[in-house]
Amino acid sequence: MSRERIVLGIESSCDETGVGIVRIRHDGTLELLADEVASSVEEHARFGGVVPEVASRAHLEAMLPTMHRALGAAGVALKDVHSIAVTAGPGLAGALLVGVSAAKAYAAALGKPLYGVNHLAGHVAADTLEHGPLPSPCLALLVSGGHSSLLLVEDLAGKITEIGATVDDAAGEAYDKVARVLDLPYPGGPPIDKLAKQGNGCAIAFPRGLTGSRDAKYDFSFSGLKTAVARWVERCERSGEQVPVADVAASFQEAVADVLTAKAVRAAKDLGVDTLVISGGVAANSRLSALAAQRCEAAGIHLRVPRPRLCTDNGAMIAAVGAHLVAAGAEPSGLELATDPGLPVSTVQIV
Amino acid sequence: MMAVPLTTVLVLAIDTATPAVTAGVVQLDPDSAPVTLAQRVTVDAKAHGELLIPHVLACLAEIGRELSAVDAIVCGSGPGPFTGLRVGMVTAGALGQALDRPVYPVPTPDALAIDANTGHGLLVATDARRREVYWAAYDAAGRRSNGPHVERPAELAEKLPTLGVAAAAGEGAELYAEVLGLPLVPVKYPSPAGLVAAAAVELLASARPGPLTPLYLRRPDAIEPVGRKRVTRP
Ligand SMILES: [Zn+2]
Repeated sequence: MSRERIVLGIESSCDETGVGIVRIRHDGTLELLADEVASSVEEHARFGGVVPEVASRAHLEAMLPTMHRALGAAGVALKDVHSIAVTAGPGLAGALLVGVSAAKAYAAALGKPLYGVNHLAGHVAADTLEHGPLPSPCLALLVSGGHSSLLLVEDLAGKITEIGATVDDAAGEAYDKVARVLDLPYPGGPPIDKLAKQGNGCAIAFPRGLTGSRDAKYDFSFSGLKTAVARWVERCERSGEQVPVADVAASFQEAVADVLTAKAVRAAKDLGVDTLVISGGVAANSRLSALAAQRCEAAGIHLRVPRPRLCTDNGAMIAAVGAHLVAAGAEPSGLELATDPGLPVSTVQIV
Repeated sequence: MMAVPLTTVLVLAIDTATPAVTAGVVQLDPDSAPVTLAQRVTVDAKAHGELLIPHVLACLAEIGRELSAVDAIVCGSGPGPFTGLRVGMVTAGALGQALDRPVYPVPTPDALAIDANTGHGLLVATDARRREVYWAAYDAAGRRSNGPHVERPAELAEKLPTLGVAAAAGEGAELYAEVLGLPLVPVKYPSPAGLVAAAAVELLASARPGPLTPLYLRRPDAIEPVGRKRVTRP
């Protein structure tokens, strides 16, 4: 039995400023004490995508107030914190730098250890805050506006291997682009999901990227799908037909969910892994989760999807990675810690 | 913070609005000029994020004090290239929050003007990249009379006769010395003592600090999409 320790997590890799606070209990399990997020998503909406400078400015404005709210929500003082974890990559360079600079200052002021951690490991670790420790090994499917990857997770504090990733657009990026084609607002995920519920997912046979027998088994491609949707809609418009937007949305969504779940389930079977975690902003998509549940059940795979709030970018997931590192007795990162916008997922912590 | 006049204040000064990663510990007394106890300055436009906190800790280690010994923090608020500038601002803010100490933002050119100390009208210009400078003008008493602004050196040169300046300081003034045609004062980057002097009145009065907002002067580069991009020919 060890003493309880409080880990603070700071996230600023994209457009959410997050501060999360997690307690490592005596028995080693994690308790979520606070999860405060300030989002600049609305400021990016009119640009149809995240504008890095706008995001960085928003992080600077939000950092101290978000920290203040998180400490208040958790009912802890900064001096009670045992260690600090921060997203060091991957992400937008200028955005990452705001969070890492703040984390260094908190660590220096408090004299506490600092852990520079991988954002993608955070998405996997988020699930441990809701469903407890992960079995080893397990498979993780990360899908969001910034990433689409399939990970073999053997140890959240050290061994994560990317077995597949998108070769072009992230799944969420394809949603945003298709939303523009259908004149729907940014970000595209929620409005397409809503519209798809009124449409027929089998109406249009959109292509499933990289599903040929010679294609990379676990990689994804969504660029061709996005272009196919645009072509289909333009052809419709040119011939003066009314675009069946609900069917287009449903058929596009079906293609995305089909490819993601088919590849994830196949990988789990191939590797003999019985647990699949789906996380990231797109994990909240209703068709993806329904199809994943159906296919996992058929294949005898235990499916874990954290609640939507934990799926999108937040500080709690970073605190969760930090907690795993602290529990594993990892050496802290130095205060010279540098950000790495292209940090590979195999590097859980920058030492 | 209530207005309790202090006798001697130990001030941490930081600035990241220029390529110099600047940190220093400065002692401020009501009756004398600020005294720099320790400083660390590295000129590397890409290293603000890595070096600032190590510099801060090195300064304190040199004088054998802890961060908690600092009474207040002064931070250059720019203008300067955004990514570096934010490092200093968020570092100062987070230190202030964690230590429960006031953080005073000061325009970076004000510190340069104090460092230059010419006693005449002065132009301070720093490098804004994209072939522009951030500039401010100061009168003979050292008060800022114009700026800060961001502008092309040639356009600034045309305004010089109306600014009443006799010399120029800052890296931007050096880079565009030929265009500006002013004698140079050899002060390129703000010093910790200059930063503290720029906030001395507020520091000594324990005044309530202003908002910790960077002087960006430029809007973010972002273009709103017009219509949607077609993938097929109409
Ligand atoms: Zn993410």
